[in-house]
Amino acid sequence: MNLRRLILIAIPYLWLLLFFLIPFGIVLKISLSETAIAIPPYTPTLDLSAGWQGFTAYLSELDFDNFSFLAEDDLYWKAFLSSLTISVVSTLLTLAVGFPIAYGMANAPEEWRPSLMVLVILPFWTSFLIRVYAWMGILSQGGLLNQFLIWTGLIDTPLTILNTNTAVYIGIVYTYLPFMVLPIYATLEKLDNSLLEAAEDLGCSRIQAFWLVTAPLSRPGVIAGCFLVFIPVLGEFVIPSLLGGSGTLMIGKVLWEEFFTNRDWPVASAVAVVLLLILIIPITLFQRNQQAQREADE
Amino acid sequence: MQQTANGCGFAPWQDPNEEPLIRFEGVTKKFGEFTAVDRLDVDIFKGEFFALLGPSGCGKTTLMRMLAGFEKPTEGRILLDGRDIGPVPPNKRAVNMMFQSYALFPHLSVAENIAFGLKRSDMPKTEIPGRVDEMLGLVQLREFAGRKPHQISGGQRQRVALARALAKAPKLLLLDEPLGALDKKLRQQTQFELVDIQEKTGTTFVIVTHDQEEAMTVATRVAVMDHGRLIQVDTPDRIYEMPNSVYVADFIGDVNLIEGNVASTEGERVEISWAEGQPLIVGSSASPLAAGTRCSFAIRPEKVAISAERPPDAVNAISGNIHDIAYLGNISTYHVRLDTGHIVKAQTANSRRIGRRDFTWEDAVWLSFTDTAGIVLTG
Ligand SMILES: Nc1ncnc2c1ncn2[C@@H]1O[C@H](COP(=O)(O)OP(=O)(O)O)[C@@H](O)[C@H]1O
Ligand SMILES: [Mg+2]
Repeated sequence: MNLRRLILIAIPYLWLLLFFLIPFGIVLKISLSETAIAIPPYTPTLDLSAGWQGFTAYLSELDFDNFSFLAEDDLYWKAFLSSLTISVVSTLLTLAVGFPIAYGMANAPEEWRPSLMVLVILPFWTSFLIRVYAWMGILSQGGLLNQFLIWTGLIDTPLTILNTNTAVYIGIVYTYLPFMVLPIYATLEKLDNSLLEAAEDLGCSRIQAFWLVTAPLSRPGVIAGCFLVFIPVLGEFVIPSLLGGSGTLMIGKVLWEEFFTNRDWPVASAVAVVLLLILIIPITLFQRNQQAQREADE
Repeated sequence: MQQTANGCGFAPWQDPNEEPLIRFEGVTKKFGEFTAVDRLDVDIFKGEFFALLGPSGCGKTTLMRMLAGFEKPTEGRILLDGRDIGPVPPNKRAVNMMFQSYALFPHLSVAENIAFGLKRSDMPKTEIPGRVDEMLGLVQLREFAGRKPHQISGGQRQRVALARALAKAPKLLLLDEPLGALDKKLRQQTQFELVDIQEKTGTTFVIVTHDQEEAMTVATRVAVMDHGRLIQVDTPDRIYEMPNSVYVADFIGDVNLIEGNVASTEGERVEISWAEGQPLIVGSSASPLAAGTRCSFAIRPEKVAISAERPPDAVNAISGNIHDIAYLGNISTYHVRLDTGHIVKAQTANSRRIGRRDFTWEDAVWLSFTDTAGIVLTG
């Protein structure tokens, strides 16, 4: 009995150890190393044959040089800041697009709702990369959007959208929309319609009832959706590399380039560690929101 | 069962000069092809505690929702103080509703829930806290003002919903099965509180219930509904003593029904032949009946006396055997099988201990009742 409980409790912790803590330990270790032209491309590497002495010598070679380098070179600070800005703005944009969709779904006739839900999830059934490439086709100078706008006569010269921050925002909002819509829809769908009727009965107009009842009661869903978009967008690199231009500075892209273009694993790892530290704050807040909602549901 | 306010001469429905607060004029409500409320006419007067009673799905909630403004009548008009309220939206009606599910705002405290309607009214901001406190006092929830709805019990939630609906001092308060979620003991206690609050505030209450005992306890008048129609609208005692149809007699309380034919009539007195070789039953009828009319004789179990010997001066007396005894603590119900096969229930109060009960299974007994104890129904 007790053994079974122990195993049950141990499994998630083992999972965490294997797939999070150990990889993180490795990355942290690399971030404290120095680049070297070798395989793997950093020193020192642990030599177990030298025993305890070898281990202490190994530890003494680790330092925080890469982190001080990150602090000195303003490229990294700018990339972090610009990533934060892009994440915040695109989270708000996704909310602005996602809330009305979720609201419409929750108020649609009951028999339509499963189909609408499928429509929201449908894009996940094709590869994410293909969808981003499709956007390149739509947004490019000779792309569908420009052709359409010129055909309607709204513009005469094609707009430059691809390889700008605008394209990045469009890509992010499009890609992460389901993560915003689904949690909001879940809270709105649970909302008891008699609460709105009660608000009207007590003298509210429809719009007042929305702001005084629907909006506050959908807050947990809105918060969950915002975190589910904000957290992955902060480290996003595919969308800025494919849709963004040279002016689009995002930390995920920088990290990718450090690893694969510069082959500077220690600096790349240092960037990854800082990114994780930055993400811990919103992830903790997110957990707290989920906890509070679970308690409210009971 | 009647409480003071209803007993002592409060009967505006009998006064032809009295203007009703609410008047339904031929109101019909259809959902697609389905008729939920069917050509309904009724007047409800100021200060009444009007109970709508009927089985589930008979249209009670629909009727309330039309009063609150959430549904529009398909045909007919509803007048409030003589004015058609058809075009008035719910938030502009001097009508408040206490919802079946209470519909308390989960993100607001008890006090904020009660203040919700007041903040939407033209009451000056400075007077709102006072009014909220007054309502909290009325429903005895002052200590719970700061709690959220999920932090209080079911009975307390019900009182918050009541206070919230009463706070704006509506002309009409609608209560849709307000006590449905409470256990029996709490329900009975709350029924009396409701009556008390209704008297204190002088508000007109329309209450929906499917519990006939509840309707009888609280109401000045009871309307019995079936399939979207009002079958009978009357005071609780008249509904019980003088039901106008078998449906009402059967729906309210326990009743013995014996089918037969009218043999002869003399004023209100009616003689019924009901079985070969059995003496005629003598009952009374409110309306004149022709001889030979098919009818049902309805009599309440507590009006049937049970005895070992034939009572010498009884107008009606029938013999039978005890088939079953239901002991309910304060009363016992004897199920007596007549020689004709009919089962008739007779009820007696248990003023003595059970061991000294007079009758037991299979005893031969006599059932007797007066000529005004039962009534003759044709509907
Ligand atoms: N919005 C609606 N659409 C279709 N049918 C409805 C609607 N509201 C109520 N009904 C139907 O009308 C009938 C009366 O319902 P209701 O007034 O809720 O009954 P009660 O409150 O007496 O149980 C029921 O058969 C119900 O199915
Ligand atoms: Mg109902």
